[in-house]
Amino acid sequence: MEQDRGAGAARGGVSMLAVEVVVAVLVFALGLTILIGSWTLGSSWTSDGPGPGYFPFYISLIMCVSGVGIAVQALRKRPEGIFADGQQLRQVLVVLVPAALYVLAVQLIGLYIASALYIALFMALLGKYSPVKSTVAAVAIMVLFFLLFEVWFKVPLFKGAFNLLQFTGY
Amino acid sequence: MDELGALFHGFAVVLSPLNLGLMIVGIVLGVLIGVLPGLGGANGVAILLPLTFSMSPTSAIIMLSCIYWGALFGGAITSILFNIPGEPWSVATTFDGYPMAQNGQAGKALAAAFTSSFVGAFIAVVMITFLAPLVAKFALKFGPPEFFAVYLLTFCSFVGMGKGSPFKILASMAIGFALAAVGMDTVTGQLRLTFGIPDLMRGFDFLIAVIGLFGIGEILLSMEEGLKFSGKTAKLNPRVVLETWKELPRYWVTSLRSAAVGIWMGVTPGGATPASFMSYGLAKKMSRDGAKFGTGQVEGVVAPETAAHAAGTSALLPMLALGIPGSPTAAVLLGGLLIWGLQPGPLLFVEQKDFVWGLIASMYLGNIAGLLIVLTTVPLFAAILRVPFSIIAPVIIVICAIGAYTVHTAMLDVWLMLGFGVIGYVFKKLDYPLAPLVLALVLGDKAEDSFRQAMLVSQGDLAIMWSNLLVGSITGLALLLLLWPLLSRAWAGVRRPKRIELNREQPVD
Repeated sequence: MEQDRGAGAARGGVSMLAVEVVVAVLVFALGLTILIGSWTLGSSWTSDGPGPGYFPFYISLIMCVSGVGIAVQALRKRPEGIFADGQQLRQVLVVLVPAALYVLAVQLIGLYIASALYIALFMALLGKYSPVKSTVAAVAIMVLFFLLFEVWFKVPLFKGAFNLLQFTGY
Repeated sequence: MDELGALFHGFAVVLSPLNLGLMIVGIVLGVLIGVLPGLGGANGVAILLPLTFSMSPTSAIIMLSCIYWGALFGGAITSILFNIPGEPWSVATTFDGYPMAQNGQAGKALAAAFTSSFVGAFIAVVMITFLAPLVAKFALKFGPPEFFAVYLLTFCSFVGMGKGSPFKILASMAIGFALAAVGMDTVTGQLRLTFGIPDLMRGFDFLIAVIGLFGIGEILLSMEEGLKFSGKTAKLNPRVVLETWKELPRYWVTSLRSAAVGIWMGVTPGGATPASFMSYGLAKKMSRDGAKFGTGQVEGVVAPETAAHAAGTSALLPMLALGIPGSPTAAVLLGGLLIWGLQPGPLLFVEQKDFVWGLIASMYLGNIAGLLIVLTTVPLFAAILRVPFSIIAPVIIVICAIGAYTVHTAMLDVWLMLGFGVIGYVFKKLDYPLAPLVLALVLGDKAEDSFRQAMLVSQGDLAIMWSNLLVGSITGLALLLLLWPLLSRAWAGVRRPKRIELNREQPVD
């Protein structure tokens, strides 16, 4: 999905047609990958019934055909309008990029601390809250989650490669 | 009348203090999920699924199904007060609900919406009570070819009854099937399509897909507009409720018709969203006040809400009786059954009587409790919507991450969830349907197993799909639905050949 964002972001928006075609090509490419994968598995009939690649093989055929179908329909109908304008794309990226950084942070320092940081920063930077208010809200929310998951429902959450919450004993 | 006896037994199972408590917790959580953008029935239930791992299956399904009822109720609140549908199935409710709120009739609109939701669900539950055991009994005679035919029917009906490009429906479905095939092959034990990546051995869990596609995707979609809430305040006092109740019986024809539409769309996997639109459209065409629809007609709230709730409820019938869910949320509940160690399918009615009838009894009680709770707590939930989006959005993303992690306690799943979120956003904007993807991901393995078993029985002869009247008629119906887009186009061509000729005769310059 990276390409469709790069393709038209330069000119204030991505056209519907471009995204339609790019996604159709991706569907086709995925179909092709699976086609090759299931072909090597043995998509034919073996001595004891259909091989392990039999079902995925036909699924990938459907995928390739529908990828072509979507592309042809899009090119014939020429959908008007834009997929998203520059402003909308920026809004989406403003959420998506920090979310990806957040998941990376979870991997490193664990879910609780990363989430508290994420909520606080989101509130302070995007919501224009005062740093104190944001920190208090974020810590309060994550303490509640900690109690809910670790203490009450006994579902341990990811503590990260560097466990900073070791002192709590959970 | 066996069903009534079993049902009363079910009530006895449900009416324990613990289960009633869970029911209320479930409804409140569900309304909350329905009200918040980005959290919906399917992903809300998926996220909360891990909380139930330590409960007994009956208590767990009672809580989860009550979350579902709550979410169905909750969607109406945001549609009417804020003109923001909290759920896709309440889009049609905004058409007349929001104008009513603008005219100062918010209370009346809410009371009508909740009551007709209740009516829709109630009619659907009565249908389930009497029909599901019959369907299950019938399905006990099914062999692998019959089951494969039913799976085929499920997926073909997406193509036949869905709106938009059939290629997009097929693509979405095939992606689901392909993702389901990744991992260990259940028949030969071989690894499939992992491309040498050990983490893919586990395969793709549909719960991750549901959380990403519906949760993160929805947040991205809402962020595009940079949400501004400007809602009407609502006070629901008993007088307004009673007055609305006096008025509602007038629309009994609309209610019954909407419930029928909802039940039909719910049992065949059409889903609650198309049901609500279809029912609104029918009501607009058939009502005496049809021309006034869109300006704040009570009937325009009654029709979509009744249908949405009836569809949402009756989607549980194929899940219970056949092990084939009729909606993504029903699929999540089905996933729950597997996790709690129950085998979904017709045998459930024989082997797990307590569970099945407890669930059905909880549908009655849960909807009554839901109606009472939403009628009394609207101001509270409306207040939650005044919490700015810059607090709600990160919290929802955190909740989604927690939900994705807890399914398998694997960090890779959280990354996958993010990826599914982007796919969900793009697919929603391009009108690819998401329900076929999710249902194919859930049912892919089972459909493949039954297909391979059927092929083993017949030594690879596809004629087994027509070997007797039952399997033949299901397969035939499935193929008819699959080809429906082509047939309807051909029919339109036959009926109006003149217009095409006319077009051809016109000079093209």
